[in-house]
Amino acid sequence: MLKDYKSTQLLTGSSILIEAILNENIDIIFGYPGGQAIPIYDALYNYKNKLQHILVRHEQGAVHAAQGYARVTGKVGVVLVTSGPGIANTITGIADAMIDSTPIVVIAGQVPAVLLGTDAFQEIDVIGITQPITKWTHQIRNADEITWAVARAFYIASTGRQGPVVLDITKNAQIAQAVYHPVHINHIRSYIPVPELDIESLQSAADFINQSRKPLALIGQGVILGNAEKELLDFLIYTDIPAASTMLGLSALPSNNPLNIGMLGMHGNLAANLKTNECDVLIAIGMRFDDRVTGDLNTYAKQAKIIHFDIDPSEINKNVKVDIAILGNVKETLPEISKFLKKTSHTDWRDTFKPLLKKEKNVVIKKELYPQTGPLRMGEVVHKISEATAKNAVLVTDVGQNQMMGIRYFKYKQTRSVVTSGGLGTMGFGLPAAIGAKFGVPNRTVCLFVGDGGLQMTIQELGTIMQSNIDIKIILLNNNYLGMVRQWQELFFEKRYSETYMNNPNFVQIASAYNIPGKYVSKREELDETICEMLETKGAYLMEVKVLQTTMVYPMIPAGSCITNMLFGDEK
Amino acid sequence: MKNNILYTITIFSENTVGLLNQVAIIFTRRGLNIETLSVSPSAIKGIHKFTITTFANKEVIDKITKQIDKRVDILKAYYNINEDLIFQEIALYKISTQRLLALNSIEDIIRRYNVRILDMNEVWTVLEKTGHYDETQALFIELSKNIGVLQFIRSGRIAITKSNVERLSEMLSSIKK
Repeated sequence: MLKDYKSTQLLTGSSILIEAILNENIDIIFGYPGGQAIPIYDALYNYKNKLQHILVRHEQGAVHAAQGYARVTGKVGVVLVTSGPGIANTITGIADAMIDSTPIVVIAGQVPAVLLGTDAFQEIDVIGITQPITKWTHQIRNADEITWAVARAFYIASTGRQGPVVLDITKNAQIAQAVYHPVHINHIRSYIPVPELDIESLQSAADFINQSRKPLALIGQGVILGNAEKELLDFLIYTDIPAASTMLGLSALPSNNPLNIGMLGMHGNLAANLKTNECDVLIAIGMRFDDRVTGDLNTYAKQAKIIHFDIDPSEINKNVKVDIAILGNVKETLPEISKFLKKTSHTDWRDTFKPLLKKEKNVVIKKELYPQTGPLRMGEVVHKISEATAKNAVLVTDVGQNQMMGIRYFKYKQTRSVVTSGGLGTMGFGLPAAIGAKFGVPNRTVCLFVGDGGLQMTIQELGTIMQSNIDIKIILLNNNYLGMVRQWQELFFEKRYSETYMNNPNFVQIASAYNIPGKYVSKREELDETICEMLETKGAYLMEVKVLQTTMVYPMIPAGSCITNMLFGDEK
Repeated sequence: MKNNILYTITIFSENTVGLLNQVAIIFTRRGLNIETLSVSPSAIKGIHKFTITTFANKEVIDKITKQIDKRVDILKAYYNINEDLIFQEIALYKISTQRLLALNSIEDIIRRYNVRILDMNEVWTVLEKTGHYDETQALFIELSKNIGVLQFIRSGRIAITKSNVERLSEMLSSIKK
């Protein structure tokens, strides 16, 4: 590497930063300039052809876009912002990436090192603020640290259990000159990204699985993050084990696979939840037993032997006490355990799922997807768009009822087809995440389902769409309410609809001000043709659908309840 | 909380800025108090050792230790109960020289408590005692009662395990492999 001409050439810290980012095979970043990042933006001017910069309208949008990009590509999403308010505005996105294990690197300008700690203009304690919500955070005070810190940041963000990393670069380090030598880091002595495989626990787990008559697999995002979709499929087919998915694990297994029995949790599928408390062996694969999945822990899968595959040792026994832990990347551990497994068939057991699937279909799904009369329903809109895109589109959702209806009724053929804010439940995530996702997979249709509340939290990103010509399909499911909170108020707060009604603007007009075509749909007969128009339109499109104001997402497990206690509302 | 006992967490870390905060926030999130804290360079160059004591139950201590261990800059974290450890604290007591002399039992105190006199002048005397919490506390109570303590400070716990080798050595040698 030293023979590189650059080895003798002095570059500014800002140029070194960009060289180091390019050295990580990054070709796109999302950002917003400001006082303490101007030198970096100045250097960026020279790299326009190599590093595309997407100018967002608010720094939160930059992080969610980077998250969307990372989620659909598996690559690291990169964010560039300024100090003080710039980095402060990224906090929600960073926290979201942390809890959802999304690999991103956020680079922030910082005041000159001599001013640190003096309450200088636009100074905040980035390290102190971001440490609790990052995998690693580091302040760079000298130009000659930059190469090392960037390589380390990308290594940490993208390995092991992935997550966000923050680099805080003082202005003097951006301006000072240093020699650039490309480096690549693949080892840190204090960091074990993938724990060592323990063969003994593999064998015991295999024994449980071989003896099981009623096994159930739970698929988490770990499968997608580990690129282990094929290994998962091989494992499931070989053992004939039915599988349910967490929200973030969706699309690891195609929707139409006969072993796929749907989604777990609060608004998951009836069979998936009920069978969790009926199976004899529960095999959790790269998931973390979130409370929205488990409900009341005291009644959760008590009858089952539990095997937990995970890359993160701190997840073992964190929420659910397990019988056997298999540490490691599921891409390696699933094929390893298969060596000890017998080929089996569980037809009788799998047949017991059918009445539950049927019950849910009759009691909930039919009414939601195929209503003949009454206002338009969120579910029917989602379903029609999923069908119209031949189950090939990427689903991006915001948070709330739009999200639950989106993930319940959108179907997938390929992996990395779902981008949603899981752990943090960040309203406003959807629009910018969809922007990032489109840059990640420009050849796929990206459909965003968003509510009237969430859209208005990051609606400024319509400007990003206009400026960068981003082709995303925005489906606004408008019920003029913060629907999910309204649902809880209806069910658990005596219908006291405190501050959930929204007097909304004309969204189609707003979109039109950004040169984004759109249409307002309130009648069932207009739905198909508008979907068609939306999908045929080149570029972004806003389809606002007036949906049932009193929408309820069913089935539902009340928070903290046993997972078999699924409510169906009065729709029985 | 029920079944809470005193645990000692030992942490080996890189000596980086903000490391203490990374550890502290893990306690903060779970609402745990740190009882004692001691940080110093370890036997291995560049690696620092934290000794932290906290009251917790087995389940919680297990989880937070794993969460500490998970941080990128931390090489190893583990926990022990008192029975696994040889541990010590040090305490300094500043008392009035005049009142100490008036008590006429300096020799008795020094012998019974195994106390050292660190410094002395006409106005004050500084005593040093090492021992477990109960022992340094017993001296504090006695001095408070009989003489009055002008200033008092007790260090955090330091501890070494009863096992032969430090777990970090095992970890570092496995990394080298």
